[in-house]
Amino acid sequence: MRNFARRIYIALIIIFLYAPIGTLMVLSFNASKSRAKWGGFTFKWYAELFQNDAILQALWNTLAIALLSSLIATLIGTVACIALQNMKKRNRAIVLGITNIPMLNAEIVTGISLMLLFIVLGIQFGFFTILLAHITFNIPYVILSVMPRMKQLNPSTYEAALDLGASPLQAFFKVTFPDLLPGILSGFLMAFTMSLDDFIITHFTKGPGIDTLSTKIYTEVKKGIKPEMYALSTLIFVTVLILLLLVNKTPKEKKN
Amino acid sequence: MNKKMLSLPYLFWCVAFIIIPLIMVFYYGLTDKTGAFTLENIAAIATPEHSKALWFSLLLSLISTVICLLLAYPLAMILSKMQVNQHSFIVLIFILPMWMNFLLRTIAWQTLLEKSGVINTLLDFLHLPALEIINTPYAIVLGMVYNFLPFMVLPIYNSLTKIDNNVINAARDLGADSFKTFTRIILPLSLPGVISGITMVFVPALTTFVISTLLGGSKILLIGNVIEQEFTVTNNWHLGSGLSIVLMIFIIVNMVLSLVFDKEGEGNAL
Amino acid sequence: MKKFIALGLCLVTIVSTLTGCGSSGKYPNGKVYVYNWGEYIDPATIEMFEEETGIQVIYDEYETNETMYPKVEAGASNYDVVCPSDYMIQKMVDNDMLAELNWDNLPNATANIGASYYEQSRAFDPENKYSVPYCWGTVGILYNTTMVEEPVTSWSILWDEKYADSILMQDSVRDLFMVALKELGYSMNSTDEAELQEAKELLIAQKPLVQAYVVDQVRDKMIGNEAALGVIYSGEAIYTQRENPNLAYVIPEEGTNMWIDSWVILKDAENKENAEKFIDFMCRPDIALLNFEYITYSTPNDAARELIEDEDIRNSTIAFPDLSQYDNLETFSYLGEEADTLYNELWKEIKSYTSY
Repeated sequence: MRNFARRIYIALIIIFLYAPIGTLMVLSFNASKSRAKWGGFTFKWYAELFQNDAILQALWNTLAIALLSSLIATLIGTVACIALQNMKKRNRAIVLGITNIPMLNAEIVTGISLMLLFIVLGIQFGFFTILLAHITFNIPYVILSVMPRMKQLNPSTYEAALDLGASPLQAFFKVTFPDLLPGILSGFLMAFTMSLDDFIITHFTKGPGIDTLSTKIYTEVKKGIKPEMYALSTLIFVTVLILLLLVNKTPKEKKN
Repeated sequence: MNKKMLSLPYLFWCVAFIIIPLIMVFYYGLTDKTGAFTLENIAAIATPEHSKALWFSLLLSLISTVICLLLAYPLAMILSKMQVNQHSFIVLIFILPMWMNFLLRTIAWQTLLEKSGVINTLLDFLHLPALEIINTPYAIVLGMVYNFLPFMVLPIYNSLTKIDNNVINAARDLGADSFKTFTRIILPLSLPGVISGITMVFVPALTTFVISTLLGGSKILLIGNVIEQEFTVTNNWHLGSGLSIVLMIFIIVNMVLSLVFDKEGEGNAL
Repeated sequence: MKKFIALGLCLVTIVSTLTGCGSSGKYPNGKVYVYNWGEYIDPATIEMFEEETGIQVIYDEYETNETMYPKVEAGASNYDVVCPSDYMIQKMVDNDMLAELNWDNLPNATANIGASYYEQSRAFDPENKYSVPYCWGTVGILYNTTMVEEPVTSWSILWDEKYADSILMQDSVRDLFMVALKELGYSMNSTDEAELQEAKELLIAQKPLVQAYVVDQVRDKMIGNEAALGVIYSGEAIYTQRENPNLAYVIPEEGTNMWIDSWVILKDAENKENAEKFIDFMCRPDIALLNFEYITYSTPNDAARELIEDEDIRNSTIAFPDLSQYDNLETFSYLGEEADTLYNELWKEIKSYTSY
């Protein structure tokens, strides 16, 4: 009975999270361009999507920036957490406070201040500036995911490894790292997600001729969002879901 | 491996991309258009419109944070008891919706919630009363909860999976009932995750403006909308920066809170 | 971790095989950097321009005049051609950001754009030195004929309590005040504080009747029968009517905003000659026709209008209202910082008003 209630609860939350996704998927088959009217079933947006070089190029930029920025942010953030753990408590609180600033500052403030900074530094606006900006706002999400696990770490296991003759690096990778891994992973995923979704900061730090999916979608708002975008979102979603199921299936088979 | 050296890359990054832009925000916030020093932009928070906007923002993001916490904690507990090799799967299930563009998802909520939207068509079909929350504060809260829930689930889930089962079993063996085990062992040990979650929900909810525009019908002015407008519509960067500085007070509050809770967390760990 | 990297790599390879590598053709005649509204041009016309002239177009898009302005002002990227709206052009002129056009290089712009549009442009570009009109339109009321039975002729219907919770207003300061100022019989470029206060009071009184303040969502909400009345740009009217035949568009008798988006060249443009070639190319009747068909906003290009095959559209009073019929159409001008601040303060008062 209790198990049943738990399942219901999870199911309800998942319905809540996926209801808008389902809506978008349905809209991707809508023959009418308007989201407010059902104009019949069609595959034409999918066909048009693959002929739209601009959207595909934006997709490529988005994924490249998201992947690179979240990897770099995860690296810097994780190292920062290790360093933070060894700081005095007061200093740590200050650095963590600073870390939260990019999250709290209205995005537009971060975006414009980064734009001014890049102008002062004389960096050519383009892929690289977007990347730097994304790394910056991704780091806090990594730190906020890794830090709680860091605090729960038992320092004696690391010391035990050292006592048993492991080098600090070995001890870190064999003992500390596996414990941190779930936090690092969810930090990486959050960073990746934030990067995929960001619009305003990208707008102010991008150069001409380079677009991400977000900047493409927002510029389409004035004339109405193209249903190709719904189609693309559906494809991304289904692809990831299938990959996810495949990846999740393999280890179980090994066990059997 | 010198541990002090480890903090250098991050500190460098902080200075270059957080502190320097921050100094610019302070520069704009503390000067007027002629470049002279002024506190006017900070004091502007006291005008009836701005303080009302701040009050609404605080209220709505607080409500959203509490709802997120109430929804997420039991969820994280259930999830943390599932099979271990499903960990990455679970994490992704909750983050996957966010891989669809934020604007698209929020617009989809409009399609769901509108007077003649999907939900109301369904309710009408079942002869149930209509759900009329679009363009009200309720819809804004719903949007915030929807958008930020994963940020609450994941840190709590993370810290719960880290709890050693032996500790819980030991408590049981020593005669603690489930309630006591929860309040004395599980809750304190998951506190760092809860704090992270609260930060990650409350802070972005405080400055959001897209949700109130799309789901609230722009009928309620939030402080995020004000700041956004000062930058994009009025082009008054000074006032926008000044109001942003005011919001930073909440970072300091957050810092103090995590300091306080940190002490407790460590006390229990010993 | 490995799983996720594998997952990421899978995605990247899938996408990269889809997109392929960008081809870098030969453009012997240099480049031109164009910054335009999103979805505001037929992409085919850009390709045609590149082919015919050998000039590479580096094309970028923005969503609002206000997000465009700081980027251009800061000089973050070296744009040559921009397409701002009326009041923004005036602001850019005031701040010495625009280059004077050499009309000798713009034969198509001189020949094909109707004289009345240059006339109207004088509101923001008094000597027609800086701008070539690209698109124009009016602002009016879109209403659902199944919900509104009486004839709609005046802005005052937006204050009718019958339509409580069924009215959509524009969520931008000048467009919102325009409605109230016109309803009161004042100029929509008013800077008189008493007039603006009066307009503010009128808009606050209207707030309980308003379903939502929206910008682009008017379109979908009206198509979906969410509201009875909405303030909308004329360029959307043809499209919304096609999706929902019960909708009708009207220009209220008190007059309204006639807006113009025009091509301008930035003062520090590095490719001014190419920029002029680009603008002139866009004024060629066949090209302007392609763009009109793609974006459906009214074109000021009289020669292109003659080429429209569909008679209903060529003679549509929505796309091409007879301007001489209205003597109270106005175009927004930039009112200066002081007036801008006043407008925004009053707007905040309206937006922060709640009945609870």
